[in-house]
Amino acid sequence: MKRLLSGNEAIALGAWEAGVRFASAYPGTPSTEILENLSRYSHLTAEWASNEKVALDAAIGASLAGVRAMASMKHVGVNVAADSLMSVSYIGVNGGLVLVSADDPGTWSSQNEQDNRQYARFGKFPCLEPSDSQEAKDFVQEAFNLSERFNTIVMVRTTTRISHSKSAVEVEMPAPGRPDVPTLEPLPKFERRPERYVIIPAHARRLHPVVEERMHQLREYSETCPLNRIEWGNSQIGVITGGAAYQHAREVLAGFSLLKLGMSYPIPQKMIRDFCRQVQQVVVVEELDPFWEDQIRALGIPVTGKAFFPLTGEFTLERVRAAAHAAGLPVTPLPVAPLTEPVQAPPRIPALCPGCPHRAAFFSAKKQRLLVAGDIGCYTIGVLPPFDAIDTCISMGASIGVAHGVRQAGNQQKAIAVIGDSTFFHAGLSALANTVYNQVPVTTVILDNHTTGMTGGQGNPGSGVPAQNQRSGRQIDIESVVRSLGVEWIRCVDAFNVTAVDQAIREAVAHQDGPSVVIVEGDCVMNQGWQRSNLVRVDLEACNGCTLCFNVGCPAILKSDELDVKTQRPKAEIDALLCTGCTVCVQVCPRHAIYQPESGHE
Amino acid sequence: MNDTNFLFVGVGGQGILTASDIVAEVGLAAGLDAKKSEIHGFSQRGGVVESHVRWGQRVGAPVAELGTVDFLVSFELLESARFVEHLRPNAVVITNTQRIIPMSVSSGGYAYPADGDIEKALRSRTDQIYRIDALAVAQELGNPRLVNTVVLGALSWHVPVDAAVWLDVISRRVPPRHLNANRQAFDTGRSS
Repeated sequence: MKRLLSGNEAIALGAWEAGVRFASAYPGTPSTEILENLSRYSHLTAEWASNEKVALDAAIGASLAGVRAMASMKHVGVNVAADSLMSVSYIGVNGGLVLVSADDPGTWSSQNEQDNRQYARFGKFPCLEPSDSQEAKDFVQEAFNLSERFNTIVMVRTTTRISHSKSAVEVEMPAPGRPDVPTLEPLPKFERRPERYVIIPAHARRLHPVVEERMHQLREYSETCPLNRIEWGNSQIGVITGGAAYQHAREVLAGFSLLKLGMSYPIPQKMIRDFCRQVQQVVVVEELDPFWEDQIRALGIPVTGKAFFPLTGEFTLERVRAAAHAAGLPVTPLPVAPLTEPVQAPPRIPALCPGCPHRAAFFSAKKQRLLVAGDIGCYTIGVLPPFDAIDTCISMGASIGVAHGVRQAGNQQKAIAVIGDSTFFHAGLSALANTVYNQVPVTTVILDNHTTGMTGGQGNPGSGVPAQNQRSGRQIDIESVVRSLGVEWIRCVDAFNVTAVDQAIREAVAHQDGPSVVIVEGDCVMNQGWQRSNLVRVDLEACNGCTLCFNVGCPAILKSDELDVKTQRPKAEIDALLCTGCTVCVQVCPRHAIYQPESGHE
Repeated sequence: MNDTNFLFVGVGGQGILTASDIVAEVGLAAGLDAKKSEIHGFSQRGGVVESHVRWGQRVGAPVAELGTVDFLVSFELLESARFVEHLRPNAVVITNTQRIIPMSVSSGGYAYPADGDIEKALRSRTDQIYRIDALAVAQELGNPRLVNTVVLGALSWHVPVDAAVWLDVISRRVPPRHLNANRQAFDTGRSS
């Protein structure tokens, strides 16, 4: 039967059907749902790792131990895992080993839009690129086969539009999760093969030619790989495309001949030459980098490509059509008349949720006019109004190192590094060790909401919540970790006590005798067991429209229609549906005009 | 049926993704190919939600081309105007009249557009504008979370697929104890 599945759901199903026994991931948009879905299947272990490198390392270990293994991550996560990725390319696999890289053209939820097909070329391993959910499922299965056949890690690369779009997938019964797969057989003893598994220089020197020979074999295989196919049509134009771009090219350049590269690296050189010989003009339609275009040009084939098709951003039908039109290809631009009466739609800027435990820390950072080295998570929203508080954000865990460097450069401004619990365990630990080791008075504010919030609430070492319900997880106490790393000045404060948060940060910044850490602790509203308190109210007699409460950036605080007689400014109003009763606004109101009733009914 | 493009818009938390899921499944159930696409992540926190559904014999890109949307289903009044450019001339617009005030208005310098301006923007593309106070209907039926189903009912009246197919898909997605309420919500939306 056919079911609508997202690309990520299809990847999970494909991996399960391929008999994956171990899967690990660090959550990151648009890759998160792959492991979330895998965790619901039986006969496999699915885990959240503390970061992407650890996820890949664990998958490598499982592969060497003899089972099929998979690591999934967002494109920038592959940067974190790249050290091991480059080594495992030499080492090879035992059980099939698949890396899923979910790229984000258009930077919907990322710090860049790097094209991870480049990693396949750089690291010398194959890359498969599905164009819809059916292919996502099929290609993952093929990836495991290729991995074992060619003794190599295989990358499956998706993009946001593949991972997060739903399309029809042929699904076989039995339903996932039922234990209809054969019981696992005990694994043989780990085979000792240091000449392959221990990548010392002498072994690496011997393995590099093996990798080059493997690439040679993969190039030959690509010529007959069933994932590459030609859809013959009008020979005036021959389109070479793949991934999400295939769907756009097929629609805009309908009727022309098309070569779809399902295996995006290595490319089938002979197949491409033959195809190009049979068409009058070759057009390469690919998202982001001219990855194929450069390689095809190197074959001596003139192509139309990035001179017209955008190098940046996500493809849309209108962008591809506009580019094809500009390139002089026979397509008609859609007659979209400009709007005669455009409406000025006010933006909906992302905001911290009502009840978010990060609010008081940013209110405080702004009030104290601190230099803030930020990090990656929901709390990056601290850069936006009304906080305007974050000065830098580079990559996972970078806050502490950046604050360290600013200080070491000789900057004496009051500064803090702000990092979430999941990000702290991801890449903050080694950065904090560096600051302690070098005895630099950096203040690190750890926003501990006991979850990985931005990606929808996944477990992490700070929460101890495992990816699979049936397994156990252990929570690691952040204060103990920080103390044992050698930080002597530590304060733990309740995230919803505005004065305590402000005071702790003030004292930490003033502390100049070594590193200091403030742990701001409070549950994310998405956490299990989280409870709403009584919603707060505004005493309209007392409110004079001073607008200070708007500085906490809460979507539940509105401007009412009532103006203060003196100030002529609108008084505050609380949205009863949104308010969680966290009382941050109650605490910042200088006139005690916002209050929390004892019970829900007055 | 010809290729059909739907665009569902509104604000995070309004049940837009479920509604668009259902419409994609109705397409499959009606024997067509269907795709659906939306954006998760950073843009979701308090932001605009935009979910595309396409039906056809063989659907290509999961997102419709600018100016080719046949049905704009807006769960919030202002959002209908934000997406006018996506409409094909004479498209059908179904808009919930609920207003959700953006923070740029509640605490910033922006103004919520006047009804007349929203109307004018929509009319520059189409006269087929259908308003429904789905929240009021849902509350009358006893559960504000039925907004979703009320809006789907209103949409279904314009789409040549049997109501039975819609109800069948909806019944597969809601817990049995909410089934009757959802049927009622769908019917009320359909006849409004």
